[in-house]
Amino acid sequence: MSSRAVARLSGVSHRYGDTAALDGIDLEIPAGCMVGLIGPDGVGKSSLLALVSGVRKIQSGSVAALDGDMGDRYHRAAVCPRIAYMPQGLGKNLYMTLSVYENVEFFARLFGQDRSEREARISELLKSTGLAPFRDRSAGKLSGGMKQKLGLCCALIHDPDLLILDEPTTGVDPLSRRQFWHLIDRIRTRRPGMSVIVATAYMEEAAGFDWLVAMDDGRVLATGTPAELLARTGAGNLDAAFIGLLPEEKRRDHQALIVPPRAAHDGSPAAIRAENLTKRFGDFTAVDHVDFEIGRGEIFGFLGSNSCGKTTTMKMLTGLLPPSEGQAWLFGRPAKAHDLETRKRVGYMTQAFSLYGELTVRQNLVLHAQLFHMPPERLRQRLQEMIERFGLAEHKEVLASELPLGIRQRLSLAVAVVHQPEMLILDEPTSGVDPVARDDFWRLLVDLSRNDGVTIFVSTHFMNEGERCDRISLMHAGRVLASDAPQTLIAQRGKSSLEDAFIDYLEEATGEKADAAAVEPDAARSSYRPAMPARFSLQRLLGYAYRELLEVLRDPVRLVFSLLGSVLLMFLMGYGITMDVEDLRFAVLDRDQTPESRAYVQNMAGSRYFKERAPISSSTELDRRMSSGEVSVALEIPPGFGKDLQRGRTVEIGVWVDGAMPFRGETVLGYIQGLHYDYLMQLARQHLGAVPTLTPVNIQMRYRYNQDFKSLYAMVPAVIPVLLVFIPSILMAVGVVREKELGSITNLYATPVTRLEFLLGKQLPYIGVSMVSFFGLVALSVYVFGVPLKGSLLTLSFAALLFVTVTTGIGLLLSAFTRTQVAALAATAIFTLLPTVSFSGLTEPVSSLTGIGAVIGKFFPATYFLNISRGLFTKALEFQDLYADFLALAAFIPMLTLLSVALLSKQEK
Amino acid sequence: MRRLSNIYRLGIKELRSFVHDRILFILIVWAFSGGIYAATTATSQELHNAPIAVVDEDQSKLSGRIVGAFYGPYFKPPIMISHAEIDHGLDAGIYTFVVNIPPNLEHDIVAGKHPDLQVNIDATRMTQAFIGAGYIQNIVNGEVGEFLKGYRQNTALPIQLTTHVKFNPNLSSAWFGSIMELINNITMLSIILTGAALIREREHGTLEHLLVMPLNAAEIVLAKIWSMGLVVLLAAGLSLHFVVQGALHVPISGSIPLFMCGALLHLFAATSMGVFMGTVARNMPQLGLLMILTILPLHLLSGGVTPRESMPEIVQLIMQAAPTTHFVSLAQAILYRGAGFDVVWPSFLAIIGIGGVFFTLSLALFRKSLASAQ
Repeated sequence: MSSRAVARLSGVSHRYGDTAALDGIDLEIPAGCMVGLIGPDGVGKSSLLALVSGVRKIQSGSVAALDGDMGDRYHRAAVCPRIAYMPQGLGKNLYMTLSVYENVEFFARLFGQDRSEREARISELLKSTGLAPFRDRSAGKLSGGMKQKLGLCCALIHDPDLLILDEPTTGVDPLSRRQFWHLIDRIRTRRPGMSVIVATAYMEEAAGFDWLVAMDDGRVLATGTPAELLARTGAGNLDAAFIGLLPEEKRRDHQALIVPPRAAHDGSPAAIRAENLTKRFGDFTAVDHVDFEIGRGEIFGFLGSNSCGKTTTMKMLTGLLPPSEGQAWLFGRPAKAHDLETRKRVGYMTQAFSLYGELTVRQNLVLHAQLFHMPPERLRQRLQEMIERFGLAEHKEVLASELPLGIRQRLSLAVAVVHQPEMLILDEPTSGVDPVARDDFWRLLVDLSRNDGVTIFVSTHFMNEGERCDRISLMHAGRVLASDAPQTLIAQRGKSSLEDAFIDYLEEATGEKADAAAVEPDAARSSYRPAMPARFSLQRLLGYAYRELLEVLRDPVRLVFSLLGSVLLMFLMGYGITMDVEDLRFAVLDRDQTPESRAYVQNMAGSRYFKERAPISSSTELDRRMSSGEVSVALEIPPGFGKDLQRGRTVEIGVWVDGAMPFRGETVLGYIQGLHYDYLMQLARQHLGAVPTLTPVNIQMRYRYNQDFKSLYAMVPAVIPVLLVFIPSILMAVGVVREKELGSITNLYATPVTRLEFLLGKQLPYIGVSMVSFFGLVALSVYVFGVPLKGSLLTLSFAALLFVTVTTGIGLLLSAFTRTQVAALAATAIFTLLPTVSFSGLTEPVSSLTGIGAVIGKFFPATYFLNISRGLFTKALEFQDLYADFLALAAFIPMLTLLSVALLSKQEK
Repeated sequence: MRRLSNIYRLGIKELRSFVHDRILFILIVWAFSGGIYAATTATSQELHNAPIAVVDEDQSKLSGRIVGAFYGPYFKPPIMISHAEIDHGLDAGIYTFVVNIPPNLEHDIVAGKHPDLQVNIDATRMTQAFIGAGYIQNIVNGEVGEFLKGYRQNTALPIQLTTHVKFNPNLSSAWFGSIMELINNITMLSIILTGAALIREREHGTLEHLLVMPLNAAEIVLAKIWSMGLVVLLAAGLSLHFVVQGALHVPISGSIPLFMCGALLHLFAATSMGVFMGTVARNMPQLGLLMILTILPLHLLSGGVTPRESMPEIVQLIMQAAPTTHFVSLAQAILYRGAGFDVVWPSFLAIIGIGGVFFTLSLALFRKSLASAQ
């Protein structure tokens, strides 16, 4: 393979379901330079980068990187330490609750660096990226630009030969963006051999790269240096060049967008006016004393990075958020939360796609029109108008979730204007949309503004969109830096472009410099060359375990749920699942009313099982009171009871038992029989002076292990295993799936950590937390419930350790199947709840089960721990009595772990 | 009028979204059909297949009769063990009961010596232990009585006890379990569906979208309540007819329309609780955990599993505030005992009250959370 190419793709295709992300790509990427992939979202840039870095599994074709086949597992393992991959999205591979230092340290551990090397490298990297002053701040509290710098630190910790960055600057303010590229440049001068591949949606940035790959619809449109691409299309800038490269049918309708000048001001009051608008969340000021005034029919732009306060300002205008200070007026009326009249005059489009994906285009439009109470006649007409004007005819019956991004944004705009508002508030309507679709979108906006006189307030982070506005405000950190027509702003600063002017304002505001000379590292650093990573490394495993522990400790909701949740449930189940049937309400229909009959009733009323209620006077009353459930037992004593008894005639007492609750019914029958015999004995003793033997055989019942026959003693030892199933497995499952959902699972794909290390490392902290909760539960049972532990605590703890390892293992296994946290929750609940409650011997012994329940019971770990727990708590058994259960429990551990490893993928599918 | 139309339209949208979610749909169908069937038939709280062992040191005709009298479905076929094996068998949990027939039992009985017969019971197995002990006592006495008939006259007891079990004469737990499972599903799904519908709007950003339209919070909440309530009510009605009465053959003595009215009121209360939780929880995992912590107590302590009157006073008092307690009580009264409205009206009233409080509370909280949303 030629040393010139760092990566070579031939015939690479990649599909997600029915959509092709990459379609027969043949590409050779030169080594030792800065390569840019350009093109809008969703054209396959990210898929291509993921394939080159080995993070994603190759479906068809071949990918070679760093002189070897990326389809080969051993080559991937060998070159993994030489590649660094930074996924798309702000801080996607970072851990938001960890501090800056802890994040970088975690990556250093995964690459097997020892403490002294780690510390030296981290402090150097933090210094050169300007993050040193923030080393103890948690990643979640960094600004977007700082997050990306931290991501870069994490990527550079192991001196990669190939640096792959997927849209590293999207959504970052222009100053931070420029600083970021200066940083990359400095690193490249220091390590000239390093190859960098970057995907970007900003054409201005791409202009500075060495070599470009223009992509569209999963295909490569053209490759070459920026100058070559410009020359080929004869365009003046890359945006235009890219449009020139698009296939004919996409380009056909495209014309350069011209914004006609706005008609002269008619002197009517401002459509929007804001004075001193301020919003604070806690001690964080999101919007800081902002003033502006927007005239009717004007297109007014808000420019700034993510989280600079654009969205918050817009929400205050729409009445979604009340301002902390200051006020805003819409059409001269103060913006208020419940002003339904104003809402009818305003259309709002939120930042994220906010329509109902499960409704069709037509249904979405109709729903919104109906909510504005458009008469049916007018509605039909308006619907037709919208569908024509926004070019939605061919998508009319398509579900909104299935629309391509550009068309979805058009639908959002159609929905926002369906009720003919006089004002539109649009929050980053075009982010992620390709340049052609963006121009189309703006053409609609211009049409609305110039022809219909709609006032448009739009936010964006694209500078060329800012240039199309009548006036703009430059925003940063909640403040408006400057506000005027774009040309005026550029002229005031004496710059040639809006971006340069914005950076100039930012430098003035923050005191930072775009090319701030960072401290250059000392050149004498030992050159670190990672060897082929070891098959198994305890350091990597512990690296993951330490990180997970920090996360758990810093997420109070999870920790509280796992610890307090089990205590709460223990109380409920210990007291709630009472099998003791006591205080049953009974009433008597006494048709005799003699001392004998009262004595019989007294015998029942005196026991702790029964509580007497007001007497019954008739049979209908008996029926009524029993059917309302007011009494569960009724006695009927016949007339002449006392007399007959004295004469020695056999008398009969009728008993009615409520059988609606079968368990209670059975128990009541038992009690009544017992009390009845008791009474007969007493009677005999009074009359005969001696207790006669009524039955020929004397049956002695020996209730063992629980002499008082209190359900507490039986339930508490059984509740501990139940609680140690649910919470640990759910926490564990969510713990892994969270990484999938938030994207940090990429670190498993992109670093040398193995699947086994990843799984065990994640499991360790949860085993720890579960053991803490186990000791809490034992203490609760002994000290609060007063259920003594008759066996050895050590043996029980050992069994618990095995058991929580198994139950967290179940969570791991389930997390291998599920993709979302909700699914993980539901799956864990379904797969553990029924077997634990019904088939593991909690109420009914496993040996009494039949059919599928018996099979599940045998292969469910809770069965064995339940046996151990009951044996130790109530039966004072020793380890040797229970070793078979211990062995069974231990056998689950390797089985679950191996299964989870087999099901977890080291690459993204 | 405008408000009603808004509530109606939003509810229709909610139903459209629901139908679109196949997995959720399948889950609900399962919960109300297979779920109820499985839960009812797989487990029982009555004595069933109890493992029993007998130590027969008599080896007589009578002891043979006693051993032969333990059979299914109450007991598993008894296992004959030696005296030395008793402790181990009970310790390891192999048997719940061990009947120890002493030497010369038959001889002593015939001689009228009233010999002792010992039954060892593993009292940690609460459900089987007590009921089983009663059965064993009756079986042994019965067999001995039968046996003695040939030898001497049985003496009659001075007072005879005639027991009648009302409402469920065979004490079949399928009757009880199926209805209680139905109630659990009604509660669980109405909370999950409304809670999740709210969180989904929040997570997808569509909630904001609704708020910038001329709608108010009450309309949004009511739309969710009626639509999701309708789904659950429909599923419950079908399940009662086809699964509980059809497949499980549970006879229902009371008025089904009256029960459905009760269910409707309960749905109002439970869906309001769903909105409440959907507002308190910030995301789906939190909703999930919150739900587990709420549904378990509702399930265990409302009288659907163990009798309420046996619970500690304080638990009974607290559970008065849960709609499920009243719903379980009215369901039992109507469906098992055939009670009419004249009997169950206090439960209806209580549910309306609780539902009203939850609704007002969740509406206020929902409004507040909208105002402070970031």
